[in-house]
Amino acid sequence: MQESKKYWKGLEELNNTPEFAQAAHNEFAEFLPVKETFGSDATEAEVAPRRDFLKLLGFGLAAATLASCEAPVRKAIPYLNKPEDVEPGIANWYASTYFQGGDYNSILVKTREGRPIKLEGNPLSGVTKGGLSAKAQAAVLSLYDNNRLSAPMKAGKASNWKDIDAEIMNRLASAKGKVVLVSSTIISPTTKKAIAEFGAKANGFEHVVYDANSASGLVKANGGVIPGYDFSKAKVIVSVAADFLGTWISPVEYAKQYIQTRKITKDKSDMSRHFQFESNLSLTGSNADVRVAIKPSEEALVVAAIYNKVVGGISAPAFSNKALDKAISELTAARGAALLVAGTNDQGVQTMVRAINQALGAEGTTINTNAPSYLRQGDDTQMIRLINDMKNGLVGAAFFYDANPAYDHPMAEEVLNGLKNVDLKVSFADRINETAKLCDFICPDHNFLESWNDFEPKKGFLSLSQPAISPIFKTRQAQESLLKWSGNNTDYYTYLKNNWAGFTGSGSGWDKAVHDGVLENVSTTGQAMPNVTALSTGEIGATLNKGAQSGIELAIYEKVGLGTGSIEANNPWLQELPDPITKATWDNYVTVPISMAKEKEIEQGDLIKLTARNGQSVTLPALIQPGQAKNTVGVAIGYGRKLAGKVADNVGGNVYPLATVTKDGIIFNSTVSFEKVGGSREIAQTQTHQTVMGRIVVQESTLDKYKKDPKSVTEYVKIATPDGPKKPAAVSLWQDYEYKDHHWGMVIDLNSCIGCGSCVIGCNVENNVAIVGKQEVINRREMHWMRIDRYYSTDATREDGFTEMENPAENPSVIFQPMLCQHCNHAPCETVCPVLATTHSTEGLNQMTYNRCVGTRYCANNCPYKVRRFNWFSYPDNEKFTDVNTPQTTDLGRMVLNPDVTVRARGVMEKCSFCVQRIQSGKLEAKKEKRKVKDGEIVTACAQSCPTNAIVFGDLKDPNSQVRQIMAREQGERAFTVLEEINTQPNISYLTKIRNLA
Amino acid sequence: MISCTLRMKYKPFFSFLIALFFAFTALAQGEQAEVAKEGVTAPAAGGDAALAAAGDALYKNNCASCHALDEVVVGPALRGVDKKHSETWLINWIRNSSKMVQSGDKEAVKIFNEFQKQQMPSFAMSDEEIKSILAYIKTAPAGGAGAEDKAAAPGAEGAGAGAGAASDAGKYLDLLLVILVVVLIVMVITLVIIATVLSNYLKKNRQLTAEDEEVLNQRFDIGKILKSKAVRGLALTIFVVALLNITLDKVLGVGIQQHYQPKQPIAFSHKLHAGDHKIDCNYCHTSVYKGKNANIPSANICMNCHSQIKKESAEIKKIYTAIEKNRPIEWVRIHNLPDLSYFNHSQHTKVGGVECQTCHGPIETMEVVYQYSPLTMGWCINCHRETPLNTQGNAYYDNLVKLHDSENSGKPFTVSSNGGTECSKCHY
Repeated sequence: MQESKKYWKGLEELNNTPEFAQAAHNEFAEFLPVKETFGSDATEAEVAPRRDFLKLLGFGLAAATLASCEAPVRKAIPYLNKPEDVEPGIANWYASTYFQGGDYNSILVKTREGRPIKLEGNPLSGVTKGGLSAKAQAAVLSLYDNNRLSAPMKAGKASNWKDIDAEIMNRLASAKGKVVLVSSTIISPTTKKAIAEFGAKANGFEHVVYDANSASGLVKANGGVIPGYDFSKAKVIVSVAADFLGTWISPVEYAKQYIQTRKITKDKSDMSRHFQFESNLSLTGSNADVRVAIKPSEEALVVAAIYNKVVGGISAPAFSNKALDKAISELTAARGAALLVAGTNDQGVQTMVRAINQALGAEGTTINTNAPSYLRQGDDTQMIRLINDMKNGLVGAAFFYDANPAYDHPMAEEVLNGLKNVDLKVSFADRINETAKLCDFICPDHNFLESWNDFEPKKGFLSLSQPAISPIFKTRQAQESLLKWSGNNTDYYTYLKNNWAGFTGSGSGWDKAVHDGVLENVSTTGQAMPNVTALSTGEIGATLNKGAQSGIELAIYEKVGLGTGSIEANNPWLQELPDPITKATWDNYVTVPISMAKEKEIEQGDLIKLTARNGQSVTLPALIQPGQAKNTVGVAIGYGRKLAGKVADNVGGNVYPLATVTKDGIIFNSTVSFEKVGGSREIAQTQTHQTVMGRIVVQESTLDKYKKDPKSVTEYVKIATPDGPKKPAAVSLWQDYEYKDHHWGMVIDLNSCIGCGSCVIGCNVENNVAIVGKQEVINRREMHWMRIDRYYSTDATREDGFTEMENPAENPSVIFQPMLCQHCNHAPCETVCPVLATTHSTEGLNQMTYNRCVGTRYCANNCPYKVRRFNWFSYPDNEKFTDVNTPQTTDLGRMVLNPDVTVRARGVMEKCSFCVQRIQSGKLEAKKEKRKVKDGEIVTACAQSCPTNAIVFGDLKDPNSQVRQIMAREQGERAFTVLEEINTQPNISYLTKIRNLA
Repeated sequence: MISCTLRMKYKPFFSFLIALFFAFTALAQGEQAEVAKEGVTAPAAGGDAALAAAGDALYKNNCASCHALDEVVVGPALRGVDKKHSETWLINWIRNSSKMVQSGDKEAVKIFNEFQKQQMPSFAMSDEEIKSILAYIKTAPAGGAGAEDKAAAPGAEGAGAGAGAASDAGKYLDLLLVILVVVLIVMVITLVIIATVLSNYLKKNRQLTAEDEEVLNQRFDIGKILKSKAVRGLALTIFVVALLNITLDKVLGVGIQQHYQPKQPIAFSHKLHAGDHKIDCNYCHTSVYKGKNANIPSANICMNCHSQIKKESAEIKKIYTAIEKNRPIEWVRIHNLPDLSYFNHSQHTKVGGVECQTCHGPIETMEVVYQYSPLTMGWCINCHRETPLNTQGNAYYDNLVKLHDSENSGKPFTVSSNGGTECSKCHY
């Protein structure tokens, strides 16, 4: 069991490099920025001369004295005309919808004094069921982005709507050539109607849809829709490079479904089995029971092999693998409860996948044929044709709505050239992005939190978005602009409401839909799932031949945080969100397998130049990645923006141009030449910042063992006493606290945690956590209160290390562990604080009082979980951080801060507070209503954010609370506390991860 | 030697006198305070007090913002309204005046027209409630500035009497003090005379030893005393202690704005609104029972009344200007709690049942508002330590109260015994 496993966070820990060993022993990075102010080559004497010191001291004293003479006069400015439903200090909630870059989430918007400050999942939604992705969590900041345009632009100069309207309508009427609207996927029925209305008035109108991370192969293979996957019904899931928990189509929806079959208890100990075949170690792959590393070119072969066994009739090329055989036999055995998904954008492969699923009886069971998904509608061929049309001068006017092909299309260069031949170019972008820069007019669209709209992510599932703030700038909703230019002067709200009359009827139906944010089980005119004829053997053969490649293959992937790099790119929360696997921030990089690193003598951070077959190249640092398939490298899209804004510009490199463009569409891989160009760039990884030093921190076991004896899966440490081995808590030096009414606690199910990072962003937004930027992350000073520790492991005994195994890191298993302040009942931090800045509450919280803290950092030194973060700088007002810490340093950005949580000053310690502001306000609500607190009423931001409900928070004193019931059920089985042997008695328990190993 | 003796003799006498003086003063002040207190708590007037008292509250909460007893405000003066109209008519009118106007009731239409066709809002009150209001109007005593002053009249009279008694005692004491001072002066003069006479006598008598002579001719050398080590030491000590005291006081007082009374952009008087007109705090500070802030009222709340009343006042014209120019009024913030502490009004007002005056002082007497409390952490904590929790009828506390009572019988269940002095209750 545990004895046979060693966990490590990164290769440096596995190999115990000297840098790692040193870092592990120093709690805090030694680097102090004192010299920076004087230039790097200043001598000691220059840095702090005695006289300067005395001068400063004297000045400081005088300044302090003067400053204390008179307090500044502060103003209290009330509303002039207070809106009836806004009470200062009381939050209002609005149901709305987030849909950006193909990521759909039904949301609730929390507003304070009329400004949105937090997004949460809408539990009424049948699609996302209260879950919320990391991207959506962070999206509230894009409303307060300093790079947003404050007025429409004409030829690079600010203008006004009246002039622009007149001119566009004028030029539109005289456009030579067809009028084209280029957009990413639009799932709004009413927007489509508005576009159609606009198109009816324009000459030769065409609406071209493309997605940056395209799924057009999948869409075409299924006759224009995406199958309504239902992972909750699947007992066997085989995914060929589809990162459905992280980035593929609708990750939150799929995660919600997937986890239903992964949560186990003694009474319900059935788990689905998940096979993953992929090149890059993805979030989904790291959660799989069986993961096989394959090259991108082998994806088609794997699918063909399955096709051959399930459907039959083709001569499958030789590709065999023990795990694949197992997967195939299990798939066929689980007919009716089996599901195959593939991430490739190759229509041929996707057609095979559909045929396999049909043969497996998936349609009607694990694929809901009544509710196909519309989340990707892009058509690569259409876009490629348009680019050629532009080149040939056939396009008279081009409108770009939610589309930035000059950055995120592989043929960006041709888009640039083609646009020169277009007379009228209009962009609806909210900023001057790469495409908008080339446009004659920029007509900035509202942010989604400022606009009305509707959405149909799946057939019959409708949702609405409503403005939660009045427009900050002189922007106008794109739909309204289109309507105006087509001569329809109705405002979009009325237009939308009229269009909804069929769904909501007259009367209160509309109000209810706006209130709920969703309207489900309605019959809509959206496309149903059509039948598609299967491929002929010849076509399959052609598909398979296409894939055959040799040499090093590049697999282009999307990151959980940054997505396709559209509006998310300029969001510092997402830039600083550690990638779930690599734990890297603020950069993209080339993930290199260990074997290749050895062979080519590559060190972490060495600059690598990748050149694709089409001649495009990108130079990025290398990151040696366990689990990366041999002879492949991976690079993430979404980086290398040039005109996204201060935060994102020139972060990483743009890898879109390296994708392979075929006549059928875009394939997100390529063979590349791999060249070490010399020089290196450090990657800001957080993975080994807090290390476990080989102690038992995470625990896992197998389903077989669990089924045999649930009590055998978790290792409990016993301490030797004169009376025999005892639980550590039995021999305690400290007195126990007595809790009267509340005892807040948390259970984190490692089986359910998929490592998506949603909780990290949720915590950042709720608690005003500072963003520190790349260099400070390198200096190990990131401020995240909550981190997700990712451990690699293999079966090898701890004693003999890894000498016996050839290379344990070639394909390790992965385990995620959310780590936050454990709120110990015997907290080591509390006993060492010399000023009592950290104390224990009567409700079990480990309290941190910033204004009492003098910054000795003893507590952080003494914390065995390394969850305390120290403010090395005054992040809110230090110039060094203005470009990265936008939520705290700019006037616009500050609007997003949670007014109930202090923005911490320099020189104090901070850490997770169990969202004490939410506990306090929850109790107050109960007191006001003269009742007890209800379970589920008070949840921390992380528990609230978790799309898989891995984190459960509640009152351990309440006999009916979920957290207490889980603890009662799992005590002695899967529940364990981290580092139990040191008897800190945390209020957070974890549940052992169970793997359904094949 | 003799002078020494003399000095020795005077000393206890003087101390006695000083002590006597202080004792009298203290006694007088004590008496004054006690009397004043009694005056304030003098019982209210009797009669059909119960009904009128119920009406009093209803009147203040519902009617007083638009009506006064003897003065036309938004609506007519109400004194004698029971004589002008029948009770049933009044009940109907209060319940739904617009319906009566629409139905063409003559009296109703007349009033409606008389008051610029301003509709009186409907009040969903029971017959008893309306009757109690009418009873209150009937019994409410007449007065000068505002009708409510009259309501408090018995109390005020009591206070007056108390003050009278106190001033009588004061006069008596003053007389005593004057006599005492005169006696003392006479005594000092007498003593000086005696001393002079005695020393003159001794000087004439030449049979003195050299030592005695020295004593007799000793001159009072102030310079020498001042230069003496003891005096110097003492002066230095006093100086240092005083300096330290001032420094400490000032340093500890940094950021404390007690008694801060800035000039506001509009001379709004809480005395007039909350004191004289008895407008409920909640009428303007709408969120004081609901949320964290007791919000400063927006201009449209002022307009509820001031669209009708005192339109010509220069101060109120400032509100009109603000509305016309669409610029909010920038009040000077008086209570500046530091950002690091979280304070929630509703926790204290709604849950704790704390009166506004407990922290804000006699706000209803302030022409210009000042900060009454120091708003220091010590001040907060003290109150949390001493104040019993308002747990009555609140199911949230049931279990806690039971646990508390079973563990420490008799001890009050204070805010701090429920963790109300823990750091994270206010700092996060």
